[in-house]
Order: sequence, then structure tokens, then C-alpha cells
Amino acid sequence: MELTLWTYEGPPHVGTMRIATAMEGVHYVLHAPQGDTYADLLFTMIERRDHRPPVSYTTFQARDLGGDTAEMVKTSVREAYERFKPQVMLVGESCTAELIQDQPGSLAKSMNLPVPVVSLELPAYSKKENWGASETLYHLVRSLLLSKVPPPGTIRPERDPAIRPKANIIGPTALGFRCRDDIQEVIKLLADIGVDVNVIAPMGATPSDLLRIPDADFNICLYPEIALTACKWLERSFKQPIVKTVPIGVGATRDFITEIGEVAGIDVSSALRRSKAETLGSWNAARISSSATPGASRLPWYSRSVDSTYLTGKRVFIFGDATHAIAAARIATEELGFTLVGIGTYSREFARQVRAVAADHGLEAVISDDYLAVEAAVAEAAPELVLGTQMERHIAKRLGIPCAVISTPIHVQDVPARYSPQMGWEGANVIFDDWVHPLMMGLEEHLIGMFREDFEFAEGHMSHLHTAPHQAEPINAEPVAVGASTAAEPNADAKAMGLAPEASLGTSLGTGAETGVSWTVDGIAELKKIPFFVRGKVKRNTEKFASDRGISSITVDTLYEAKAAIGK
Amino acid sequence: MALEPCTKSPTATLPAATATAELPVLRERGQREVFCGLTGIVWLHRKMQDAFFLVVGSRTCAHLVQSAAGVMIFAEPRFGTAILGERDLAGLADANEELERVVEELLVRRPDISTLFLVGSCPSEVIKLDLAKAAEKLNHRHFPKTRVLNYSGSGIETTFTQGEDTCLASMVPVLPEKPPETGETAELLIVGSLADVVEDQFTRLFNKMGIGPVAFFPPRRAANLPRVGKGTKLLVAQPFLSETVRLLMRRGAELLPSPYPFGIEGTTAWLRTAAEAWEIDDAQFEAAIAPSVTRAKLGLDRYRALLSGRKAFLFPDSQLEIPLARFLSRECGMELIEVGTPYIDRKLMDAEIALLPEGTSLSEGQDVEKQLDRCREARPDITVCGLGLANPLEAEGLSTKWSIELVFSPLHGYDQAGDLAELFVRSSERRRRLSV
Repeated sequence: MELTLWTYEGPPHVGTMRIATAMEGVHYVLHAPQGDTYADLLFTMIERRDHRPPVSYTTFQARDLGGDTAEMVKTSVREAYERFKPQVMLVGESCTAELIQDQPGSLAKSMNLPVPVVSLELPAYSKKENWGASETLYHLVRSLLLSKVPPPGTIRPERDPAIRPKANIIGPTALGFRCRDDIQEVIKLLADIGVDVNVIAPMGATPSDLLRIPDADFNICLYPEIALTACKWLERSFKQPIVKTVPIGVGATRDFITEIGEVAGIDVSSALRRSKAETLGSWNAARISSSATPGASRLPWYSRSVDSTYLTGKRVFIFGDATHAIAAARIATEELGFTLVGIGTYSREFARQVRAVAADHGLEAVISDDYLAVEAAVAEAAPELVLGTQMERHIAKRLGIPCAVISTPIHVQDVPARYSPQMGWEGANVIFDDWVHPLMMGLEEHLIGMFREDFEFAEGHMSHLHTAPHQAEPINAEPVAVGASTAAEPNADAKAMGLAPEASLGTSLGTGAETGVSWTVDGIAELKKIPFFVRGKVKRNTEKFASDRGISSITVDTLYEAKAAIGK
Repeated sequence: MALEPCTKSPTATLPAATATAELPVLRERGQREVFCGLTGIVWLHRKMQDAFFLVVGSRTCAHLVQSAAGVMIFAEPRFGTAILGERDLAGLADANEELERVVEELLVRRPDISTLFLVGSCPSEVIKLDLAKAAEKLNHRHFPKTRVLNYSGSGIETTFTQGEDTCLASMVPVLPEKPPETGETAELLIVGSLADVVEDQFTRLFNKMGIGPVAFFPPRRAANLPRVGKGTKLLVAQPFLSETVRLLMRRGAELLPSPYPFGIEGTTAWLRTAAEAWEIDDAQFEAAIAPSVTRAKLGLDRYRALLSGRKAFLFPDSQLEIPLARFLSRECGMELIEVGTPYIDRKLMDAEIALLPEGTSLSEGQDVEKQLDRCREARPDITVCGLGLANPLEAEGLSTKWSIELVFSPLHGYDQAGDLAELFVRSSERRRRLSV
């Protein structure tokens, strides 16, 4: 049993709904109690879909449990088939139905429907939404294509060089993060290097489209959380190589093009060249008046532009699904010059990959689906920018730190009316804007740093952001005299100044809480001049510095000595 | 844990209501597009600020409550889920210990909680996890600092607003006893969650009439429980509180059957019920309500013209459908195509049903596909339905009103009668304004 106040992922059957809703010609019969129909509103409200998800629920109640719930499954399957005439039926159960063991999949299969029935047994008490989506896609693809798998040892014929290579784009689903626009961007990238799109799945695909998957030369695994299992099976069964680079960010997009070049055996050098050369021509008249896709992003030049120097070394904390967190780490560090001070994911299936990225930056990854653990990690890292999910947006808001959203769980704001991809060249442009705009601009930051006593520069002043100044909302109020337990000599002066319950950015986890180190009035006054978002960190570092050297009272000088010893 | 049908009438002990005219009711069994009782947590945790709601359930339960609550939270919420894992399903003893551990963890985090509700869910009930026993054990350890209660919000037992009924019912046994020395002195207890502002309005009206003392249940703080006993008179503000009313009556309270305070007519009838019980004379009653009624008429008139003669179709969801239909028909002049409701408790609903126009098409339960067929066929001017159906129907050209908004907005009483009508006007008014 696990105490959960908020979840990053829904149950696995919601993952199935994301596949079914993304497709056409598929219907999902879900054995579930009354109330589970709430999931429909995720699609009709968050994505503003104009159709109900293609899902029929048995909605059994207590009075049905003594009777024949199995018969309810059959009735639902029969009626759903007659009404919707799908090409494929998915049949599964939600958490409660799993307990009553009616085996709806087998029941439906025994009904001899004239269409394939895919039975989905997704353990609801151990697995989650993305896994459910991944399994559903895999079982669907496998069920439809199993009979077409060539015998073992069959060698895939070489592509006729006169025919352009064909790719499948696997992974975009309903309720995915910017999937709708990412598809467009990937199609543009492929067109640019002479690759045709064979099938996009599951979004927009019909079951008969899935039957054409083997016609492609390779599969692009666009969202590994959803698509990797299916892509691996296709690779084993049809010898279709997998393009694994996820083209989010300029560098990753270049790598994506390079990888396709290798997999498809085509020359992509001109596209790569263009992606570098065109960067500087943003204001060229011919370019402005051309409707052709530029084949390049503005991010590299914007990032080199001198106004961006203030981005250097900005401390960034990243949390999201694995795909977007890993991509964000690369963009943040290699393309914007930030410093990664924390990274994590709720995608346990991809924890290894995220841990590897963390290790590259000398960090330990936060692998958790407990938002309070994430909040503690954010507070501890004292970042200047948080890139996360909607939940990290709230965490950042509470801590007074700017934030941009990079990943699901999806929110209505993540389905913008405007074209807003994350992938490809335009995706990199969108990311530059979305991540940089929440930050304070260069000169403004200098002025606030220099003249902190200006009365308009309230605590947590964020200028153009229209954000209210940081309200001291303590995570854990803590007396200034560190180590309340041993604080026989609480700093009376500091208390008298009303400083006692210092809002502690993570100091609740602070080191040296048992050291008995205390702050002088001058010391605490100087500490207050440090921008609030790093103050907690400075406070902790200084206390550790003092404690390590046996200094019991932190003065202004101690503060600066610690600064010199530790660096920024 | 009893797995009893949630449509069983739990009010068999209530005195027979007067109007039981046989009304043809279409009873359907099929897919029910309704929330489960866990959804009640979304407003109950706001209503009672010192209470915490711990769902003992699955990831689906956690996902439902956070989705219904608007997908996000702005502070640490006063609800959470103890998510059952595979290990808990293996053996019961284990699950009980685990629950105690989770509650311990929670109470350390939130020492401000005065009342903790353990909320049963579909999975906890199917595996027969005994939350009553768990609550009793936890009370030994934590009461009086924290009181632990339990109720069912499961979809197999409850529909949407029934979660408030089961929640309040769990509080009835711990309400303080009305002191014997007060004898049968009348005290008014308003039953059902109301917006704070509405409670204040009603309190002023009762004061003007000379009715009192008045208490509200649920209270704004779960620690300030109203008392109950002989002489307590129940005026029910929400039409879905069958079990709560039954238990309050068992503790000596008397039910004042009445229509519900939606619209001018409903509010007047509701207040009059109390006034009659207190033997307030007509002149005093009329004088007390007159300014509010005049104001409400003014507020309502503006919208009546826009609704009159238009057709309404209500899908089952919140149990408010019948009182709302009565308001739409009698005070707004709308034509009722179909009034669907999850279940009909005749004892609590007869006073309302009697006010519906003759021949109103009532339906109980649901087969959502068939109901959608009927709705499309009838092409109503306004369709009241859940969020899962609203946008798809809008895309088909039908104006909709989300039923959940009718539960989450202050709509009871005179001063909200206009707001109530406005909610039904808004979607067509929006269509009129838009030229895109």
C-alpha cells in the first residue's frame, strides 16, 4: 500500500484508451465498475475531442456481482460490435474487474466475432498508464501481423535504390505531449531527406494501416515509453531496423537525420549542412519571403547571441517522462549553456537511461512517482529554472522559481491552439522560447542584483512574469538558530528582527542541523541580500562550511569565506 | 463489507409521502456514464477544512479524484489515496497493517487533521477490506486528537453525489446528543453541503422569521459537529441524502419532507416547510421572504424569456435532475424532453415529482448509447450531461450544460435563482455571440 496524493500516471487501461482513441476503426470494451467512465473526460475535455473515446464499459454495480457479470461482458461486446462495427476489438478490464476474474478477453474471443479480438490483461496493481499503452500497441500490432511474419532466417530483400525509402512513425498517441504537432515536424524532416512515410501509428491509423507496417524499410520509435516494445517485435519479426534517436533539440534532430541516413543507406549530408548554414540567415530577404521550410532552427544563433550570455550556468532541474527529460537535459546543457542540478523521471521502465544522463552530470537521478519527493529534490537543488510536468509547475510556483512544462501528464494548456511541436527544427524554436521567456532577462537581473533595496524589487521579483512576489510559504519553518533541538542559545536578536521563521528552501533537509551553528544579525542580513532562489543553498553551504571548521557563529565574513571556498 | 445494491431504497422507514401517483418511468440497464461516489471528495474536502479523505483503492481511484478535481492541485490536497498493490491483494492481514502504516505516515505529515475519513472503493470492497474495523482500531490510537471514520465511495455502491450521503451518514453516529434537558424543543438541522454564502443567506432568512436555533450538516469544520436528538427537525437541502436522513431519524430527528430549494418556488416551499413546523404566521413568513423573492424574480425574469418554450434533455448524473427539471419547467417555461436520473428514491423525491408536468418522461438508470440516440432524435435546445459527453454533443450541434457545474456552484436559494437560470442560458447565448 502506497500513500499517494497525486499521480503522474493513470492506471494501465487508460494507456489502452490512449491507443484506441488515437486510432480509427478500433473499439475497446472495458470490464469496469460504474464510475470508471470518468476517463472519457480526459479526452473530451483536455484534448477537446469532438468524439467520445471508442470505449464501452460494462459499468457493473454491487447488485451485479452476485449475478452474472460475465454475461454483462458478452452483452457489451455484442452491442459494441453491432453499433460501432470496428475492424478490431480490444477487450480488457480495469482494476476492480481484475479482482473478479471474469476473463473478459477469453469470453469475447469465444463469441466468434467476425473481426479480430485482442485480449489485454494489464495488471492494474503493479503497472501504470504508459506501460499499458505500450503493451496495447504491441499486442495490437502483433495480433494483426503475426500471420505475416516470414519464417525464421528469411532475409529481408534490399531496397530497390530507385525507390525512396519508407518509414513508419510509431508512438504518437492521444493525450501525448504535443504528439499532434511533432508528427508534422517529423514528416517535414523526412521529406527533406527523401524518405516517404508509410504508416503513422497509432495516431490516425486504422487496423488495415497497421497491416501495412511491414512494407516500410524501418521504424522510427518516436516515444520509446509507448513504442519501443512494438518496434523491437517488428525488428525481430520483420527485420525492420529501429531509429531510436528522438529528435527533440537541435543536436538530437541532427543525430536523428544522421541515424536515418545510416539505417536507410541514403546521403543526408546536405540536410545536415543546411541545418548549420541556414542558422545565420534569419533576416535574409529571400529567406523571409520564402515559404519553403528553412530546414534549420533559430536556436543555435539565438543561443549564441550576446543577450543569451545571462543564460550561462543557470541552474536547471528537470523532471518528466524519460523521453522528454533526457532530451531536455541535452538541450539545457549543450544548446542553452545551463547547468544541470537535478534530473529525474517517473518512468521507472526507463530509469536506467535517466540515471546514465544524471551520472554524466555528476548527479543522482530522482526516480519517483511521489511528487513530494520531487518537491524535496527541487528545493534541495535550488535551481533557477524548473523544466517539468504540470506538477513541477506547481512546485516551482510554490518555491518562486520559473518553470516550463516539458512532459505529460497532460493538461489542457499542453494542447495549445497554435502549432507548437517539441521535435525537429520548429520544435527547437518553440523550446527556446518556452524555456527562456520565464527567466528574468539579462540586464534586468543585473539591476535587481545590484540594487536589492529598491522597494519595487520585492522578494522574488519576477518582472514581466506577472507572478506575485514570493510569499514566504515555508515548507518547514525553522528557527534561524540552526539545530533547534540543541538550540540552547537561540539568536534572540535575529528573532527580535522577525527573521526567526526563515522560509527554508530545502533547509529542512539541511546539513548540520545538529551542529548548533548560529547566524549573527549581520550575517543573516547579508544572507537576505542573496537572491531568494539560491539563498537556501547558500545558507546550507555556509553552515556546513562553518561547522566543518568549528565556527559556531556565522558572520558576514564567514559568509564570504564560504563563498570563496565553494564558488558559485 | 456488505455489497448491497445502491439502488435499494434505504428509506423504507420514512413515513409514506403523499404524492405517489404512478408515473411511467423508463428503467434502463446498460452503460452508465456517471461518476462514482469518490467524486464527492472534491467538494467535501473544501467544505470541511479540517478533514482529510483517504481513499483506500487503486491507481484508478487516485486518477479519478485528481481528474475530477481539475487534474491539478494548488497546495497539498486534503485528500489522497492509499493505493493497493499486489502485495496487499495477497493477504488481508497484511493490508490492514499496511493501512495503519499509511495512516500513521499521513497523520505525522498532517497533524492539523481533526477528522480522517477512510473511503472505501470498488477494489477495497471486492477484497472485503473491513474499513469499519480499521477505523475502530485507528481511533483507539488517535482519538480524540483525530477521529477516524469510514464510508463507501465505490462505484459499485454509490453514484456520484451518493458519496456525500455515505460520508454524512458515517458522521451521524458521532454527532453529539441533544441534551435531554432541552426536551423536545425544536432545533432546525439543514442537511446537505451548501456553499458558505448560501448558508449565510438562509441563516439570515431563518433569523428574520424567528426560526432557530439552526445548524448545518456537514459543518464547516468537521470538529464542530451539530447535535441531534428528539426535537431536531431535518430540512434536507440536497436530494441525495437518503441514508443520512434515515440515520438521523433513527437518532430521534424528524424529517420535514419538502421540495428542494432550487428556484424561487422551490426555495419558498422549502422555507415554508420550516416555517410551518415552527408555526410562524403567514404574514411574518411573507414579510421575511418578500424582499428576497422580489429580487429573485427580477434576476430570473431576465433569463426566463430566453428559456421559455425551449426543450431540455437531462442525462442522469448528480441526482439533482428532477428538482432542476421542475425549476426549468415551472419557473423557466422549458419543455422537458427527458429527465434522466441515476436512481429514484420516492421517499425523498415525491414532493418534487408531484410538481413535474403531467406526462414528463422520467428515466432511471442508463443505457448511454440508447439515451444518446433519443437525445439526437429529439434535438433539444439544451442538454444537461457529464463532461465525457458534452463536447461530442456540442460537435453535433447540440448546446450542453455540464452537470458537474450544477453541483459545484452556489445555486440554492433566492439569490442564486437567476444564476441557476443563467447557467442554462449561457451555452446558447455563447452560440449566439460567436460567428466563427
